[in-house]
Order: sequence, then structure tokens, then C-alpha cells
Amino acid sequence: MSDLALDRDIDRSKMQVSDEVAIEITNMNKWYGTFHVLRDINLTVNRGERIVIAGPSGSGKSTLIRCINRLEEHQQGKIVVDGTELTSDLKNIDKIRSEVGMCFQHFNLFPHLTILENLTLAPIWVRKTPKKEAIETAMYFLEKVKIPEQADKYPGMLSGGQQQRVAIARSLCMKPRIMLFDEPTSALDPEMIKEVLDTMIELAEEGMTMLCVTHEMGFARQVANRVIFMDQGQIVEQNEPEEFFNNPKSERTKLFLSQILGH
Amino acid sequence: MSDIAFVRTEILPQKAPPVAATGFIGWARENLFSGWFNSILTVLSLAVIFSVLSSILPWVFSPTWNGTSLANCREILTAAGSVGEHGTTGACWGVIRERWLQLMFGFYPSELYWRPILTFVMLFVALGPILFTDFVPSKLIWFSGLFPFIAAWLLWGGSIWNPLVALAGFAIGFGVFRYASTALGALAAIILAALVPILWWVFLAGPVASGLSSVIPLELETVQSRNFGGFMLSITIGVTAIICSLPLGIILALGRQSDLLIVKSLCVGFIEFIRGVPLITLLFVASTLLNIFMPPGTNFDIILRVLIMVTLFAAAYMAEVIRGGLAALPKGQYEGADSLGLDYWQAQRLVIMPQALKISIPGIVSTFIGVFKDTTLVSIIALLDPLGLSNAIRADANWNGIVWELYGFIALLFFVFCFSMSRYSMYLERKLTTDHH
Repeated sequence: MSDLALDRDIDRSKMQVSDEVAIEITNMNKWYGTFHVLRDINLTVNRGERIVIAGPSGSGKSTLIRCINRLEEHQQGKIVVDGTELTSDLKNIDKIRSEVGMCFQHFNLFPHLTILENLTLAPIWVRKTPKKEAIETAMYFLEKVKIPEQADKYPGMLSGGQQQRVAIARSLCMKPRIMLFDEPTSALDPEMIKEVLDTMIELAEEGMTMLCVTHEMGFARQVANRVIFMDQGQIVEQNEPEEFFNNPKSERTKLFLSQILGH
Repeated sequence: MSDIAFVRTEILPQKAPPVAATGFIGWARENLFSGWFNSILTVLSLAVIFSVLSSILPWVFSPTWNGTSLANCREILTAAGSVGEHGTTGACWGVIRERWLQLMFGFYPSELYWRPILTFVMLFVALGPILFTDFVPSKLIWFSGLFPFIAAWLLWGGSIWNPLVALAGFAIGFGVFRYASTALGALAAIILAALVPILWWVFLAGPVASGLSSVIPLELETVQSRNFGGFMLSITIGVTAIICSLPLGIILALGRQSDLLIVKSLCVGFIEFIRGVPLITLLFVASTLLNIFMPPGTNFDIILRVLIMVTLFAAAYMAEVIRGGLAALPKGQYEGADSLGLDYWQAQRLVIMPQALKISIPGIVSTFIGVFKDTTLVSIIALLDPLGLSNAIRADANWNGIVWELYGFIALLFFVFCFSMSRYSMYLERKLTTDHH
């Protein structure tokens, strides 16, 4: 991926990192069968942080953020999200999932429902919001991602970039306090990457706590307050973006950066 | 500038396609006469169709509607001059005119024919809100829910309290679920909601119904199951099995995917057992063996026993068809639903099942059609479905030797039902398409 330049000024006035802890991961380990995917992960995320997780494929970065809303189950260690510990208690899991939004590489919109129905489904059934209110919220967020006119279409009729923006809006309708992004731009044409990144930047400008697995180093440089580099299931290096890109410490990070920024 | 440089300054307008590609000529060229081989095939097919129709149609249009017996039909045909080298050629439709009511209703008392007819009409009213959600007001779904009880009462007659008490079982189950799910949790609530109504139906429903009917006697004349027959019987068994097997199949398919070992093994065992046994075997079990296991003196209605067996049989096949639909769904759909905080049942009902069922529509409808046609197997355990009746009709000296007319008529009626189901499934598939239009 290239070092995509973002052609806008970023409003940093609301990008405040508070002292309050949003996510705390301590000594977390995970195996797929006998394969040790995540090794001794320790990570604390404060409210308002914008963290980009980078690393070669297979390094466990997607698995890490999928553990945070328990799409993957960890076998050892402790994950506490918003003060609730993730255990096999289904009530806790559903509570955390409804407060943690997630965007996927392949959008995972529901193709049998219209855009509006996609957006109102969870608020109506999980939050028990009245239908009228849910529709108002949905239209508000569709305006925000700039596709209100597509409300009555089906996901299959939209472009990839539009679908990803709908997916972001769908998560936002649940009023999440934390957003997870799992390679949100990797399945998109270059023309559409920018519109999705713009939406993510706007989100960051409003002070959302974000964890993004992405290869968009331009986004990392300009929006993130911390970049985490993972390799072989471990956090190898983390730092502020400026330091991370200009002055990487570990050899592995240097090699990775030279490969993705080198041409 | 090199000479490969080119800049388009205006976009070309759309043109109409050439005449030879549109209209009837275009269609015929593309579909019938594209190349010499296809042209020969077209001509040959037309010749075959012509020769088949020219020998069948004269047989079908035979003036024997008023024939009173096979011999009488032959006289009519001889008088009309339709005599070939093997005797008269032409169908003997008199048998249909004389016996069509029997083929429809079996030995149902003729003064009560209005009851199955009314039930049949109401069946379509009840199916409306389920099959045609776009045109029929959704409030009618209440009627669809009540229809099974109304239908059973109309067809078999007896006290009105029987269906009402049976209905009360469901209400009790629902009440128990509502109460227990807050007090005891979801799993206990489901188990209780299944157990309590069963206890009610087995032990209390009978006495309560007879007690109520002795206080307020309100009843239709009772018709015994052995008088049921003809298409009425086929439709009763077919529609019940079709309607019950779908939800049962969904539950079995979900059970088969479950992480709970016992649930999973029970579902797999049930599906594999039922699929491994011919339907006729199950029907024999229903007609003979089941009585042995019952406490002496219980009278377990034969049609009810057959209904249960055919439903279980269909459900096992349905479960596998639906499992195919579930397997075709990308994992991302489950994750999308999970990540929004939907619980298991919400995710299944709102996200997974609508899509899995849509994918499985062709398979589901094939199973439906198969079940409906399999109802003719009940003739083997001496229930008088149309095929069973055709044997009975041939036993009449007047109609001894009639084959094609009866089977043709029965086949035609089955075709109408099965073809309608097939067309409906295609309509549904088109309606549920959500890709680019």
C-alpha cells in the first residue's frame, strides 16, 4: 500500500485522550488448535485514543481486535472492555458487542435487507428503540456518511465504498463507545478508499475511541495517536506515529516499513 | 505528439439494435434456427410433437361423457365411428363424470361436502398472508394461526371444545414460557414450555373438553377418519406435512449445527434414521406397529398417525435442504450479526434464516412436491387416496378395465397442485432478489 496523502486538514480540537481506560488486555494468549496466534498481549487503550495496528499478514492483528468483541475466544489472560470482563457469560458478551462497533473488510451488510433496515435492525431488536426513533437515527448517520439517498436500496446495488460507509453507519447507530476496524479499505478500489478514510477521519475528529487494523499508513501518520506493530502474534513495537515512521527501533519494523513505504 | 495519441471529445449516442436481432424473426433465428444442426433439431422436434398430439388428442376428445359403463362407452364410440384395428379408440370419460365426487371426497357423507369445500377455501385465505405478503393485509396472519384448529373441527366434526382445548395448550405453553423465561432462564423456559402443554394435551385436555361440551354442547356431526378419501385426504395429509415439516426441519438443521453435543447427536441420529428408512416402512409402523406400543384401549386416529409419520419423514429431508442453505451463507453474516449484539435467536431469525431459506427455496419446494406426491403411498395401508379409490372403482363391474382415464385424471390434478407450487417458488425467488435490477 502506498503512503496515501490525505488532502484535508484534520481538526484535532476534540481528539482528546482521557485518563479513563476503555480496553485493558493483560497477558492474553490465544491458540488455533496447537498454533499459538497471540502471545502474551498486554495493551491498554484509553478513551479517545486512535490506534492503528500494522503488521505483516498472519501476524495476528485481526485476531487481536476480533478478541475484543469475542468474535474469537481467547484462552488465557484477561480482556476488560468498559469495565466488563469478557468471559463465556453470554449476557456480558452481548452487552459488550452492542457497545463496541465493528467494521469488516468485506462489510458484512445483510443483503436481504435495505440499507435503512440494515441500520435499524440492531437498535430496534437489541436496544429496543422505537422504530420511528431508530429510523431518525439511521437517517442522521446516513447523512453523516453522505449517502442518505441510498436508504431504500439493497446493499448489492451499492459500490464497495458506499457499502463500507453504510457498514460504519450501521455500527454508529448503536451509539458505540469504541469502534474496531478490521482492514476496512483492503477490499476497495483505490478510488473508493478515500471516501471511507474520510468517514473514519470524521469519526476520529469527534473523539471516538478507535482501533484500526489497516495498511493505510497515511491515515496512521495523520490520525492515529499510537501505532502498534505486530509480528508473529506479538506486539513488537508501539510508538507515536511520528517516531514510529521516522525512527523505528526494531529491525522487523524497519524491514516492514521499508517494504510498504519503499516504492 | 506521437500518432497514437487520441482524445475523445464527444460521447457517441446509443443506437437501436439491428432489426434481425429483435422481434419474432430475431427470436426465431436465435432460438430455433441458429445453425444447420439446430434447424434440423427444430424440424424433427416439431414432427415428433405433431405425431404424438395427433394420436392423443382424438383419444382425449371422445364423446363419451355420458357413458354409464365401459360397454356403453364402446357402443357410443362405435356409433360415432371411432373404431380402429384393436376395437374402439377413444377415452371413456363417463367414469369421471360418475365418480369424480368420490375421487374428490372419498366416502365423506355427501350432505356434508360443504365442510371440506369451506375448509379448502379457507385454506387459501389462511395461506394468503404467508405466501403473498405484498398483497394481503398482514393482520390476516391471525386467521392463518387459527386455521388448523378450524380446519380440523370442520373436517372431523365433533365438539367445538376439542380444537379450543387443543389451542389452549399452545396458549398455556406460551404463558409458561413468558413466566419461566424471566424466573428461570431461557433453557428451562423452553423445556417447560414444551412439557407443560404435552401434559395438558395427554391428561387434561380430554376430560376438560368433554366436561365443557356437557355444559355447553356445540358440535358438528362427527365424520370418522375411515370415511376420508380422495383428494381431500391427499390435501389434508400433504398440506399438514408441508406446513409442519418446515419449522421442524429448521429446528433440526439448527440442532445439527449446535455446539451442544446431546442436541447435535439427537438431531443427527433422527435425520439419518428417518432418511435411511423408506416412507412405506414408516407408514406400516403407523398403521400396525404403533398400536402395539399404545396402552390397550387407546384409539389413536389412523390419519393422525399417518400425518405424524409423513411430517417426520419430510422434516428430515427438509433439515438437510436447509443445512445446505446455512452452509452456503458466508461466515461474515454470522459475524456481522454477532458484532451488533444480536443474540443467537435474533441472529437466526433476522439475519441467518431469511437468507438460508431463500437460498434453499428450490430444494424446499422440491421436498414439498415430493411429500405431496408421496401421500399416494397411503393407499398401501388401505387409506382411500385417489389411487386407492381408482382400484375400488375398477372393482365395479361397470368400469372394470378402465385404466388411462382414471390415472390421467388423477395425474392431471396432481400436476395442477405440483406445478402451482413450482411456479410459486419461482415467483418467490424473483421477488426476493436484491441484487442489481
